[in-house]
Order: sequence, then structure tokens, then C-alpha cells
Amino acid sequence: MWWRSASFILDRQQEQNANVPPNPESLLHSSPPSSMADSLQNPKPNVSAYYQTRAAHHAVVTSDWLAQAQAAVSIQTEDDSSGSDGRIAPVTGGKGDDKAFSVIDEFNSWRKQPDLAEAVAAIRALAAVIRASQATTMMELEIELKKASDSLKAWDTTSISLTAGCDLFMRYVTRTSALEYEDFNSARSRLIERAEKFGEISCKARRIIAMLCQDFIFDGCTILVHGFSRVVFEVLKTAAQNKKHFRVFCSEGRPDRTGLRLSNELAKLDVPVKLLIDSAVAYTMDEVDMVFVGADGIVESGGIINMMGTYQIALVSHSMNKPVYVAAESYKFARLYPLDQKDLGPALRTIDFGVPIPSKVEVEKSARDYTPPQYLTLLFTDLGVLTPSVVSDELIQLYL
Amino acid sequence: MDTRRVSSAVPRVRQVGFFTPNTPAHQPAPTRSQSGPPTSDSPPLSDSPASNSLSPVMIPPPRHLSDNLGGRAYALPVPGRGNAGEHATVGSYNPSESVLWLESPPRSRIGDEELSEGTESSLGWYRRSNSAKVASSLPSGGFDLSQVKQPESVAAVEAKNPLPEKSEAQKEQASNPKSLKAKTTKAERRALQESQRAAKAASKAEANKSNAPGGAASSKPMKQPPQKKDGPPVASSVAASERGVDRPVEKERKKDLPPPRMQFDDESRVDKAKRRSLLNQPEARNRVELFRHLPPHKNGSQLPYLESKFFELHEMHPSVYKVGLQYLTGDTSGGNARCIAMLQAFQEAIRDYSTPPEKTLNRDLTSKIGGFVSFLIECRPLSMSMGNAIRFLKSRIARLPLTLSESEAKAALCSDIDRFINEKIVLADKVILRHAATKIRDGDVLLTYGSSCVVEMILLYAHEIGKQFRVVVVDSRPMLEGQKQLRRLVAKGLSCTYTQLNAISYVMHEVTRVFLGASSIFSNGTVYSRVGTASVAMVAHAFHVPVLVCCEAYKFHERVQLDSICFNELGDPDAVSKVPGREDVNYLDNLTDKQKENLQLLNLKYDATPSDYISVIVTDYGMIPPTSVPVIVREYRKEYLLI
Repeated sequence: MWWRSASFILDRQQEQNANVPPNPESLLHSSPPSSMADSLQNPKPNVSAYYQTRAAHHAVVTSDWLAQAQAAVSIQTEDDSSGSDGRIAPVTGGKGDDKAFSVIDEFNSWRKQPDLAEAVAAIRALAAVIRASQATTMMELEIELKKASDSLKAWDTTSISLTAGCDLFMRYVTRTSALEYEDFNSARSRLIERAEKFGEISCKARRIIAMLCQDFIFDGCTILVHGFSRVVFEVLKTAAQNKKHFRVFCSEGRPDRTGLRLSNELAKLDVPVKLLIDSAVAYTMDEVDMVFVGADGIVESGGIINMMGTYQIALVSHSMNKPVYVAAESYKFARLYPLDQKDLGPALRTIDFGVPIPSKVEVEKSARDYTPPQYLTLLFTDLGVLTPSVVSDELIQLYL
Repeated sequence: MDTRRVSSAVPRVRQVGFFTPNTPAHQPAPTRSQSGPPTSDSPPLSDSPASNSLSPVMIPPPRHLSDNLGGRAYALPVPGRGNAGEHATVGSYNPSESVLWLESPPRSRIGDEELSEGTESSLGWYRRSNSAKVASSLPSGGFDLSQVKQPESVAAVEAKNPLPEKSEAQKEQASNPKSLKAKTTKAERRALQESQRAAKAASKAEANKSNAPGGAASSKPMKQPPQKKDGPPVASSVAASERGVDRPVEKERKKDLPPPRMQFDDESRVDKAKRRSLLNQPEARNRVELFRHLPPHKNGSQLPYLESKFFELHEMHPSVYKVGLQYLTGDTSGGNARCIAMLQAFQEAIRDYSTPPEKTLNRDLTSKIGGFVSFLIECRPLSMSMGNAIRFLKSRIARLPLTLSESEAKAALCSDIDRFINEKIVLADKVILRHAATKIRDGDVLLTYGSSCVVEMILLYAHEIGKQFRVVVVDSRPMLEGQKQLRRLVAKGLSCTYTQLNAISYVMHEVTRVFLGASSIFSNGTVYSRVGTASVAMVAHAFHVPVLVCCEAYKFHERVQLDSICFNELGDPDAVSKVPGREDVNYLDNLTDKQKENLQLLNLKYDATPSDYISVIVTDYGMIPPTSVPVIVREYRKEYLLI
């Protein structure tokens, strides 16, 4: 299993990119440029599809995004299957491979639904592969699936839950199918059924997490939230429904301003909300009782990868002895082991400063950061309330 | 559950799996008072065979602090374990009952220890006394027990006996231990006494036998049975006359102690060890107080002496002998190299082995291997990796089906050894290479300390696949192992910097990754490695440089160790004081005897790095945080015992 883990694929891809720089494929992938120095010198519009989609789902509408969305809508009216970010056409054309075409396309169409998690979208896309496949044996199907999931993973290396979702489903396929069902067709339908169910599981996971968190939210507490996380929102919503009295501080979450949307939603629930700019976190920390964040991915060390700014919030709260709670579904567990911030492939996104930036000025465009496990207190997952060190134990049991 | 009993149920029961060791998850008392399945609410034990209907989940609580060093949890699913758990509830508080349960608990413990700790440094010394122990509590007392397998089977037999009678007692006397005591009928007690008497006779007989020169059963000259090692025979000879009830309790306590590792500050034992030793033990006069318990260093100057003794050691296989000499002189060093050399020597010995008449291969070969191992220990203390490999080999021998012919069995063992070397060392290294190489980026500066073959392979591999990086090799006196590695790295065209440990804080500024090897990793994540590793890791931690420890999973050990004092290896003390090739540094050379008395030289070989300073452990099962070592040990220990 290890050779298909994300870090290897990333590595391999970087090698490929390094070997053949003008390879058309490398442009098609939203993959990181071959080296960091490169990307800093010429800021190409090489953005992370994952963070783009998230921004589209959660951010408050900016003029920039509005224009994009309008363009997307106009495309959508013509062709329902193509995505909002306009880069799908070259992908599909360039691949020339039917399988890859359908998978990535399928995935993108699922991904556009704001309530659907990335991993679920990935698994639905893989289910579509099974449906479309002409395979007659389990092995064939497995190989096809593997190809599809590899191309999916390669298509957007910045999305950890995509990778984790693919891995999870592949694990399910290899572990159960051939052994339990001697009949190929029943095994196949079983797999599809399982993939369909996964969406429900993901929704249920959120509810489980929300229930688990209730014991930790006490009356009169102040919660600091960073970014918009569906799970964290569910947690707060459940707490509000349970008639708990608490106050929420929302950091703004530049550049997507996802915090604005969260404060909006919370205000609708009559929860007292205060909006902070990202740089006011340390200033307000002494009022805060706990920090709640979501996660894009939980890595093997027990740390999390999340929207830019999580690390500094964790650092501040650690130094002030405030607990940092992470709410995330277990399908975000990824077999990655970043050693430091730069150890991940960069996930870049465009940042709108409102004023034109001189061309000589570099802009740090990374969309996410890595928070090491020692700054996290507990992880709320659908497997239960875990300490960071348990993540690796779960992963070992799942993948080895 | 009866809450009143909870307070009186003194011992805490440990659960298998990932539970905090001290949670009283399941009180033992109810198992006495309930006649139904006692542990329905405790989590199922996934990794023990279902053969044991009687709750393998419960394990006796550690009576001594150090008792839980060996990972009982996965060592062996001994059927007698249920007993042991029950025993713990009464044993130490009600002497007469402890007579009743005298037999089973220590035995299951012995079984565990034999497997988990048995192959450690003390193996040669305590194995024999162990056999005496087992014999002493066997009713028939007759057969020669020095087998790994024995305790298990004995316990299995034993388990059948006390249990039914006990459950009966449970039913009748629900919550009254006093009347249970009455239940232990006279007949039973008499039987027990009888058996003890028989056992005593047996152990005495054995003692006589082995004192005779060239004893029949196991005539390894250097391994004269340390009968008085941990008491039982002494105690038994006394106890023969006054068979008090307290006596067995005492005795049992002694048995409960962790396997005696030879402590070299215990003079009487050292004397005894010396007498049966092959080598001249160096004088232990000027050793540092804190480290007296460690075996003193034996240097290569004893080589001629040992060589001259070659023909006296007719039991020793030449290949084992060769490997032993190589250890002694330091020609073979490094965890993997030593382990492979040892296994290959054993392989040859097994090929040339033929079962003596009236013996079975399983037993005779095990004792033979035990003899080889104690010879190797004489030459140099075992490393953890070798301990694990020996444990593997012994379990393979013990598991050989009796139906196999001798040649088949030998072939099976040889192929098992080959597979162990291949899968656990060679292939594991390859996987580690691939994993670690993903963590090397272009432009990195990698620091390594001393010489580790895995780290060297990683550097070469990363260079091969075209990564651009620089290497800083940090080295230290007196071993200066890094130089050899440095030579090979430079020859392959890597750009290297060489520096001594003293300069570590200066050089750490520019370093982006630290790669370290390890001799062993304990289950609390502590890394046991060449001395100096801990300081490198700490400096790296202070500079926020990630520390990657590369180690094959077969070197993981379930022991928990907090410091590098209680278990370590001493090097040649003179190596510290003398600097070869530097005539001007001779301040310590011509000391008078009186001056020497005031000087104690310490040359430690290993140290323990706390897990806080380690970012990741790269192993053949992937990259894991140090907190996950016990998971690997738990999940895969069984696998490689069964392989």
C-alpha cells in the first residue's frame, strides 16, 4: 500500500516534472511546480483546485469570485458536466484517455455540491467508474479502479481528503470483495452500494462528532473558530440547539473570508458572534476558552493540515494553555507525514489584496499550513475522541 | 457487580490492548463470585487464539514495578493465564490459598519470560535455573525441561486441573473466600506436597548431575548451572525440612521477579560466573560506581587465549565460534551485521546438526542454540536485534511439528532463517530507503551521526535517484565510526562535511534534516542507539530540525526504558584515555597505581534518546510517530514469531 500513498505519488510526480519540464501533462495537472524557488519567481496562475472549490463554497462573494462564478454558470448552461474553473476542458482534451476523462469529470461534477465532502465526491466518482467499467473479473476491475484513483489523485494533489477517500475506497475493494463474493456481479453491485452509502456515512459522521463535542462545550464559554468548517458548524449548531449559552469568535479567514460566512450562519442561529481580523487572534486569546478548528486532512503524525492561519492560532493558544480541538471525519485521515511546513506540496491560490501589487513583490500564496500534533489537544472524529497519537494507530490498522 | 467487593479486590487487572495499564477495567472479584462467563464486558482480545475460553483478556497485575517490562500481552496466550489473574486476587493475602494456587501462576509467567525476555543477555545464566524451577513444581518431576515450549504445555495441562474444581467452588461459595479455603481438601494439599517433594528431589538430582564434569544432559563447559541464581534450590533445600506456608509465598515472589539479568556488581554471582567463564573477566576495580552492574568490557587481547581453548569446546560449532571471535575483536559490528552473522552461523550449525540418540530435535536443538547464544554473550552482550532474532529462531524450533523427519526439520529451519534475513532485514531496508527518500528534497543538508548502514543506504539511494543534497557526518571519539562511512560516501560522489560532536551546535544551523540509525526502539518510543545520538537529537530539536530515526521493525522491543543506565554496554575504558597516533596527548599514560585508583574511566556504548526529540521513525511499515511503536510491536510481533 505504501507505494500508492500520497507522498510517493507526489514525489514521483515531482520527479517527472523535473525530468520533462515542458510536458503538457504537467500543465494539465494543477500540480505544484517542480520547485519552490521556481514558483516564487514567476507566479503563474497555478492554483489549487481544492482550495478554489472551497472558497467557492464557503467564502463571502467577492467581485473577483462573482465574475468567475458567472463565467462558470454560462459554461454550465451549455455543458452541465464541465466545472466552474474552466481548466477541465484542457484536462479532458489532453488526457485522451476515456477512463481518466470520465473520472475527473465525474468528480468535479460531484465536487460542485457544497454539502458533499471531497472524499465522498471521490468515492462517488470511483463508483461511476465501476458502473461504466467493462471488466469481467475482479482483478480487472481493481486495476481499472486503481488507474482511476491514481489519476484522480494526480489531478489534484492538493486535496488530502480526495487522496484519503480514494485510498479508503481502494482499501475496501481490495480487502473485501474477492474474498467474500464468488460471484463477480454481486461483488460489483456491493461495491457500488457501498460507495453510495458513503455519502450518508459522511453526514452521519458529522452528527456523531457534533454529539461528541457537546460535553466539551459548557455554558458561558467562548469559542474561537477559524475558517468555515462544515463539521465545526454542525458542532456549534447542535450546541445552540441544545440551548447552550456560548459565544463564538470568528476569525476572518483571509483571503477567502470564510469566517464571514460562518459568522453569518451563526448569527442566524442567534449565537453571539464576534468577528476578528486574523491578526487579532493573540489579542483576544485571553478571553477564549477553547479553539475549535476543522481539518482538510489529518496526517499520520496526528497533526492536521488546514487552512492558512490554523498553525498560528494553535501556537498562540498553546502558549496560553487553551485547548485546541479539531473536529474532522475519519475519512480525512491520510497517510502523509509532513515534517515541517514546506514538506507538503504547495497548494497555491490567488490572493486578492484589493490593490495592485508591484510585480517585484513576491506574494506568499500557500493556502494551507500544517499544525504539529503537540499543539493539538484532542481530535473529535466519528471514531471517538482521540488524542493525536491515536491517529497513527488507526491508520496502521487500516492500511497495513 | 458488587460494589463492596471492589474496594477489597486489591490488585488491578491489566487489559490487553491499548488501555492505560492501571485502569481497573474489570474487577477480578466478580470472576470469583459469578459462575457465568466472567469477562463478557471486557473487550475481546483480537490477537489471541480463540482456543482459550477462559478470558485471555485478564492478565495478572504487575506485582513488582518492573514486572511489566516484558510485553505480556502478546508473548503467548497461555491457557493458565486465567488462573494467574485469579491467583492475583488472593495469592499474597491468604497464604493457605496461595498454596493451592502455587503452581500455575509462576509457570505462566515463566512461559512469558522465556519468550519475551529469555533471549536477552542473561539467557545463558538463567535458563538453567529456570528449568529447575519448572521441574520443581511438576508432580512427576522427571523430565529434563529446558525448553521454550515446556512451560506452555505444562501450563496447559495445569489449566485443566484447577479450573473445574474452582468453578465449582465459585458456584457453591459465591463470595466467601474463607470457606473456599476449606474447600481445598486435604487430599489436594497432600498431593501438592507430594509433588513438591518429588520436584525437590529432582532438582537436587539435577544439581548433582550437572556438577559432575561433563554432565550428560547439557555439557556445555562454560554454562555450569547457576543453581543458586535466584534462590529456588536454596530455598527448597531449606524448605524441605520446614514446609511452612509462608515459605512458598516467599519463593513465589522470587519467581515473580523479572528474569535475572546478570548484575555485575553482585560479587558472589560474578565469582560464579567467572568460574565457568571462558574468558578472563577483567578486573572490575576502577569502574564508575553507577555502571558497575554492567558486564565489563572484554577486549580483543583475550583472543589468543580463547583460540587456544578451541579444542576444549567440542560442543561449539566452528562457525558460531568464528562469529563469536569476530564479535570479540569488533570485526563484526552494527546491529544488522551482527544479527545476520549470527543467524548464518546458526544456519550452518543446524545443517551440521544431528539429533543424538534418545533425544528429540526440538528440545536438544533449543538447548544447543542456547549454548551457542551464551557463548556469544560471553564474547559481547547481545544486541536487541539479535535477541529478537534468537527469539524468532527458538519459537520456530519449538513449533516444528514432531512428524517432520530430521532432514526436513533442518531444511525448514534453514529456510526460515533465510526468510527472516530476507524479509526482516534486507527487504525492510529497501522499503525504508524508499520511504526516507521521499523526505529528502533538493537543496537539503542532511546530518547523520556515526555510522548506520541504513542511513548510509538512504543517502546513497537518494544520491542515485538524483536528489541534490549535502551531507554532514558528525562523529565522535573513541569509535570514530563515521570515518568509514564518510569514505564510502565520498567515493560515491556525495558532497560531505565531516565534523566532531563538539561542533554540533555550530553545524546544526544549516542542517535541514537529521537522519539517525538505532540499535533498538523501545515501546515508549525511546531510541536506543550509539552513544552521542541523544545529544544530536536534542540539539536538533532545539534548532527545530526534524529528526528521522531509521530502524527496521524487527529491532523494536516491547520493553520500556527511561534511561541509559540500567541497560547498556561498556566499551574498553582505555580507549577513552588514550588517543592513538597523538604522542603529545599522553597526560594519562604513565599514572602510578595510586593515581590510577583515583581515576575511573567510563566508556559507554549506547544511550537512550527520549521520544520527545524524535519527529518520525522510518520503519518497514511506513513512517510512524514514536508513539506508535507499541502498535507495531503488538500487531506484528505475533506475525514474526509465526512468520
